[in-house]
Amino acid sequence: MALEDIFSVAGSALNAQTTRMNTTASNLANAATVAGSEDGAFRAKRAVFKSILADQMGDSNAGGIKVEKLIDDPSPIRKMSEPGNPVADKDGYIYLSNVNEMTEMVEMMAASRSYQNNVEVVNTTRQLMMRTVDMIKS
Amino acid sequence: MNMIDSALGVHQQALSVRSRRMELLGLNIANSDTPNFKAKDVDFKSVLQAAHSSNLSITNKGHVPLTASGSPDGEMYRIPFDTSFDGNTVEMNVEQAKFGQAAADYQATLNILENRIGGIRKALRGD
Repeated sequence: MALEDIFSVAGSALNAQTTRMNTTASNLANAATVAGSEDGAFRAKRAVFKSILADQMGDSNAGGIKVEKLIDDPSPIRKMSEPGNPVADKDGYIYLSNVNEMTEMVEMMAASRSYQNNVEVVNTTRQLMMRTVDMIKS
Repeated sequence: MNMIDSALGVHQQALSVRSRRMELLGLNIANSDTPNFKAKDVDFKSVLQAAHSSNLSITNKGHVPLTASGSPDGEMYRIPFDTSFDGNTVEMNVEQAKFGQAAADYQATLNILENRIGGIRKALRGD
């Protein structure tokens, strides 16, 4: 129960948002990958967050947040007839990833805003702590 | 020690309640994307009142004085303006506004404490 605990809370949030941005980057990078079967096609990943209770965090008593799991985007895999492609199956189909670039860009901006919010929390807390320490000076 | 306690008054408890409030608001902001997270806040007035009135009179020297940490924490769930699809009740604009307000409140309490400490220092120095 002190200002220092805010650092661990905001720090865990920064960590989780970084994972989310990493996931988005990986999705965007894999947007154009193709596969020879529906099961092998790339599916967009999504980070699911979970808050941690205070007693699970070890020495800090503030709680925090972590990435609980990565789930696959359930939207359908598109298939395309392209018999000349070396990975095409016996009917000449290739399977594209289900990454939607628009969704990923929105996800990236949302993650970036959340990250900035937490950085702001850290900055404000740091200033207040500095002032509290300065109280015994002068 | 008693002189310093009475000079600082309720403001030392106030500072710890204010920092507790900032911690909760920080937790809300951190969990803005967590499914089913419910935003919490501290009712400053009730906690401070509890901290103030729980100073039971010490009639025996074996009694242990109550401290601010013994008071109820006064946490309450926030009632959101809108419901969201994933059960999360953090509204970022509200939380940002409250966090700014809490930071200003903390600084106000700090200012008061600085003044009180300055006064004590002046009295001790005698100039």
